[in-house]
Amino acid sequence: MTPQLAIFFVLATLAVLGALSLIFQRHPIHSALSLIVVMIALAGLYLLMGAEFVAAVQIIVYGGAIMVLFVFVIMLLNAGEEERTSFSKLAGIAGIPLAVALLGFLAAAIARSNESAQAGLQSGTLANTKEISTMLFKDFVYPFELTSFLILVAILGAIVLAQREKS
Amino acid sequence: MVPTSYYLILSAVLFGLGIVAFVFKRNVITIFMSIELMLNAVNLAFVAFSQARHQSDGQVFVLFVIVVAAAEAAVGLGIIILMARNRQSLNVERVDLLKL
Repeated sequence: MTPQLAIFFVLATLAVLGALSLIFQRHPIHSALSLIVVMIALAGLYLLMGAEFVAAVQIIVYGGAIMVLFVFVIMLLNAGEEERTSFSKLAGIAGIPLAVALLGFLAAAIARSNESAQAGLQSGTLANTKEISTMLFKDFVYPFELTSFLILVAILGAIVLAQREKS
Repeated sequence: MVPTSYYLILSAVLFGLGIVAFVFKRNVITIFMSIELMLNAVNLAFVAFSQARHQSDGQVFVLFVIVVAAAEAAVGLGIIILMARNRQSLNVERVDLLKL
């Protein structure tokens, strides 16, 4: 087993355990901390693939900004333990076959993937960040400007939603 | 050398766990977090394909996904605050005005 494969398995196990912990923790703040573990593990995987810029953005934006927002809202609302409620019958009858079908399709698609996809990744072969920036500001400049507009709308929407109503 | 299919399998597993959390959790904040988990799983697949094909398009798309996720988190958490203020509860079972 090469060291890269060993690192992959450690990080992948960490990510899956974090995701499982997100499901099984009953307190939202514990779920949020598990999600941070998943995101840091994914950032490590991006580094392993040689995508340094995406790894840095993952840690700064996801692990930093978005999760801080989540933890802040959990504390602001003083969210407690989740209540247990009964599950619907329909979810049990339709959900499990659909989940099995989805897993089957995914497994079949991955198993049938061609040789080039199976061949493996050379890590760090691209001069990545430079190429990404060139692509972002040349080929994808209109979507990029649109996202800035999207963020502006999102900020306005969040302010309008969260402000107290004047009586 | 890690085969691309390993990354895809991990991505599928994380996406599946996100769906499970989305369906089974009752707290609206945790449901929101499971959506973020699914977005992360998709990002992993994007980066894996981009590295396998030696093209950077996938990583640019990951940046767009992250921007959309950030905007979504801002608006969604605003809605959650509004819901907690009006219903005094974060349980999605209590939000049933549109239910027959």
